[in-house]
Amino acid sequence: MLKEEDKIFKNLYNNLGWTLEESLKRSDWSNTKEIISKGREWIINEIKTSELRGRGGAGFPTGVKWSFAPKKVGSRPHYLVINADESEPGTCKDRDIMRFEPQKLIEGCLISSFAVNAHTCYIYIRGEYFNEGRRLQKAIDEAYEKNFIGKNACNSGWDLDIHIHFGAGAYICGEETALLESLEGNKGQPRLKPPFPALVGLYGCPTIVNNVETIAVVPTILRKGAKWFASIGRPKNTGTKIFCISGNVNNPCNVEEEMGIPLKELIEKHAGGVIGGWKNLQAVIPGGSSMPLIPKETCETIKMDFDSLIAAKSGLGTAGVVVINKDQDILKCMARIAKFYKHESCGQCTPCREGSGWMWRILERAVKGEATFKDIDLLSDVTKQIEGHTICAFGEGSAWPVQGLLRHFRKEIDKRCFSEPLIKKKRNIPYLVDQHLLEK
Amino acid sequence: MSLKKVHDKQPETFEFTKENLELANSILKKYPEGRKKSAVMPLLYLAQNQNHNWIPLAALKYIGKFLSMPYVNVYEVATFYTMYNLAPVGKHFVQVCTTSPCLLRGANEIVKVCQNKISENMNTISENGLCSWTEVECLGACVNAPMIQVNNDYYEDLDKSSMEKIVNSLMEDKPLKPGSYRGRNNSAPEKNENKINGINNA
Repeated sequence: MLKEEDKIFKNLYNNLGWTLEESLKRSDWSNTKEIISKGREWIINEIKTSELRGRGGAGFPTGVKWSFAPKKVGSRPHYLVINADESEPGTCKDRDIMRFEPQKLIEGCLISSFAVNAHTCYIYIRGEYFNEGRRLQKAIDEAYEKNFIGKNACNSGWDLDIHIHFGAGAYICGEETALLESLEGNKGQPRLKPPFPALVGLYGCPTIVNNVETIAVVPTILRKGAKWFASIGRPKNTGTKIFCISGNVNNPCNVEEEMGIPLKELIEKHAGGVIGGWKNLQAVIPGGSSMPLIPKETCETIKMDFDSLIAAKSGLGTAGVVVINKDQDILKCMARIAKFYKHESCGQCTPCREGSGWMWRILERAVKGEATFKDIDLLSDVTKQIEGHTICAFGEGSAWPVQGLLRHFRKEIDKRCFSEPLIKKKRNIPYLVDQHLLEK
Repeated sequence: MSLKKVHDKQPETFEFTKENLELANSILKKYPEGRKKSAVMPLLYLAQNQNHNWIPLAALKYIGKFLSMPYVNVYEVATFYTMYNLAPVGKHFVQVCTTSPCLLRGANEIVKVCQNKISENMNTISENGLCSWTEVECLGACVNAPMIQVNNDYYEDLDKSSMEKIVNSLMEDKPLKPGSYRGRNNSAPEKNENKINGINNA
């Protein structure tokens, strides 16, 4: 269990107050000038040594990402963009950082902007977080007043302006290139990569996009040392992480813990256990809705970090732990997730736009007990057709949960989908007919 | 991508009020020169706030001219994002989160309360003209599930009876306070907070 002094976000529940003055007591902004004076190379190397991995879902090493930005500013300015479009079902950590630890984020913005040569930083907040955005704006104004940001920020000689941009309820804008499109005033449809945003990003300029949590931990890492951060957790999966535990637990909560904490400990100690006891556990979605679920047997021993979960054919994602107990209909739960992806698909790539609807309709039929035994194979096939055939990772995000369901709960579905195909004559060409649209 | 119906009765013209015009000009300063287009999303919000929480087509044309971008691009943006209302909504616009984490904790009950008390179908304004409701995807407060958003405020940790109280208050145009309805401290664990949160112990 993480020691109290090792916690980075000491004000996660707002027991200590969020204003600038109260943040200063928690040693925010205490030696920012000194950190910046050590230079770009040092900062990037420290972050590399700390093995900090991006907290937005993909887990890409942050130091490496920063080193992709051109070393010298050419004709185009550099930008830093903070991704606060937190819409993954099961995840609500960035909201608390913006509400209660805004100064950590702003200080992180200054240091990271310096490290990647950016004078302008945009924070893209999802539109629903209106109050959180307003709170953050207040915090930014306070920081401007004290000259912590702005011209010659913290007397470091670096200029930085931070602007907030509100999204408007599109999940896909959490994808970095879609976010940049949205920031440029277009529909949020992802771009092809390469070129990566680090070279051609916002307005065609080099842009580094990072998650809120990633940026907010940067000042503490530099202050306490990369070795300290690397000593928490396991090699390659270092540091602390905010876990959001929701669903069928007694005390759903956000909690900061070390990486690699056993899932069972997380649920039992922090979230007060599964409703109906551990034996009543059915499955857990370990990293927000786009990660495949893991069954109870795996939950007994699994450790919550990037590599252990990949080994269990799932992923840490954003660490939004959704607990599902045996009182719930697992099929219904996954059908709802499929509906979410159907609703949020941006419509750019055909496999995802059409496939997400197929998956939802088949699962919905399965919930009602109207699906045929052929449907299950069709469902599995559709997920394979989407995966890897889309511009962005949304395709995988929508296909993986269904694949996880098929992998671990095949028997459950088989029991409920037993009828003969509705149109026997046409059953050898299942791709041409969306069966439920035909009359019975 | 969401399906949206554009309202059939549209006002002829739309113009920003003086204050909003000033605000719009200050928003433009956030973005680099020659990148006015970036301001389309904040300006759509301004128009929505000015026009009782929905955006008429005239406003899209006006914003297009204001930012010197084609009307169709503004239309594209306004229809792509779910938070821009292209048809009138109630003064108190209730958005119920029904995605899995909320569903697991009984979002169905919350939806039923809306159906009984506001209107049978979503996106229909109640008889007294004050409220309308809709189902939305994850609102990002999963550890406080089930929850709703009314205009800009989050109401968290709901159940059937507290939801009924909230809807009643909205229908009477005297909204209750937003926040947790189980007296919870933000996203902290309810029963064993002291055990975990060492600060409280000290």
